[in-house]
Amino acid sequence: MIIRIRKNSDVPSSEITPEQVYINRRKFLGTSAGIGVATFLGAGRAHAAPQDEEPNTWEEITSYNNFYEFGTGKEDPAKNAPDRLITDPWTVKVDGLCNNPADYHLEDFIKPSTIEDRTYRLRCVEAWSMVVPWRGFPLADVIKRAEPTAAARYVAFETLWDPEQMPERNWRPRIDWPYREGLRLDEAMHPLSLLVTGLYGRDLPAQNGAPLRLAVPWKYGFKSIKSIVRISFTEDQPPTTWATQTPREYGFYSNVNPDVDHPRWSQKTERRIDSGRLFGSRRIDTQFLNGYADEVAHLYEGMDLRKNF
Amino acid sequence: MEAKRANPRRRILLARIAIWVVGLAPPIWLTTALFRRTLGINPVETIILVEGRWTLVFLLATLAVTPIRRLTGWNRIVQLRRLLGLFAFFHACVHFLSYVGINHLFELSIIVEDVLERRYITAGFTALLLLVPLAVTSTKGWIRRLGKRWQRLHRLSYVAASLGVLHFYWKVKADTFWPLLAAVTLAGLFAVRLAYRKKRSRRRKEH
Repeated sequence: MIIRIRKNSDVPSSEITPEQVYINRRKFLGTSAGIGVATFLGAGRAHAAPQDEEPNTWEEITSYNNFYEFGTGKEDPAKNAPDRLITDPWTVKVDGLCNNPADYHLEDFIKPSTIEDRTYRLRCVEAWSMVVPWRGFPLADVIKRAEPTAAARYVAFETLWDPEQMPERNWRPRIDWPYREGLRLDEAMHPLSLLVTGLYGRDLPAQNGAPLRLAVPWKYGFKSIKSIVRISFTEDQPPTTWATQTPREYGFYSNVNPDVDHPRWSQKTERRIDSGRLFGSRRIDTQFLNGYADEVAHLYEGMDLRKNF
Repeated sequence: MEAKRANPRRRILLARIAIWVVGLAPPIWLTTALFRRTLGINPVETIILVEGRWTLVFLLATLAVTPIRRLTGWNRIVQLRRLLGLFAFFHACVHFLSYVGINHLFELSIIVEDVLERRYITAGFTALLLLVPLAVTSTKGWIRRLGKRWQRLHRLSYVAASLGVLHFYWKVKADTFWPLLAAVTLAGLFAVRLAYRKKRSRRRKEH
């Protein structure tokens, strides 16, 4: 066993962030306690969730997905992923600029954390949205365990890429797989950033990114990467799939922002999926940072969010 | 002799019936599926996508009439062109009205912004506008009145179809397979037309 003795002077930047995060965390736990563990929703704060913001149904959440490795149609992942994606055994590699790089069996990766239920809004960049009762644990847990070094400023994520399991026809114009995403370290440490293992208290279905995905509720859905096999700490901003594929349209930050339109459509409103309605949805206004501004706006103080879209 | 002559006429009649059935089926199916709640999780998206696809199918079918005629010598096929073209216009209208009505709930400011600022919508909207005079002048009266100018006017259908394909290409996020297939088909139809035109003008010169 290696015991690292650290000098007082060499405090890694990753240790500075948690303090602030801890303060926020307590605030966050305090407010959500009154509402109940299962319905987090960002309710009870200034940007309170409207009363009718009920979670979407299991059916809605699990049959309308973007998971291009299993087809580009919204119904393709539900059709293809459950039979093809092998989630057991599953290994998560933690590497890069950290003191504790390791390959984890999924079970060991999850075990040290306390699993909780959290209901988040999910706003897709395509201007539709849902409310999803996730089950998972803070991404911060994993980061603290990995002990990123002082040089680490970003966290990069990678989705499984296995052409045998993923029927994406490779003769079509295609994406440079594996799917990649990333967060700034302070974004990743934020208590709202959740590693998801379940949905509605059940195991996460394959089409939703089993067995381990991310949920970053104030960013567009594609930032919440699915079926994660690798988490790396980097000094430079890591390349991310959509920002690389179409840099004009998708940025690294991709924060939900009604004032910054996608070049091809408005982001001012969104279509909240609601199969109780004849047309299956209703138009609602999109909120800045998806309604989580009170919790996360400080992360972007002084930044031009038009430039850093 | 009598039977032989009746046959080609029957063939056109059958083709006409088939076009009516195929042309009307999508909106009828979409409407019933909507009320039976079998249109998937985002019916608005499905309706717009399906109607957009049928618009392109009918546009390409309309433009395929002359090339097929040249390649097969089946001259009567020309009698199907107006019906095909009008169905293309019909589906374009359903596509556009679904976007305006059920997607944006007739919210004019959003629609105007879309048409002016989003290039794929600008392209699609222009294509629809171009189809309007073509649909209006598709009657026998207008064909007679416009004479030679009618043909020149109706060459706009190629521009409309190209804009429609561009609209499709600009819309998709990553999987450009179908838009590219539509583009290749359109280019192929145009190539056949040009090839025959050259042949004809060469023949004319020889005489």
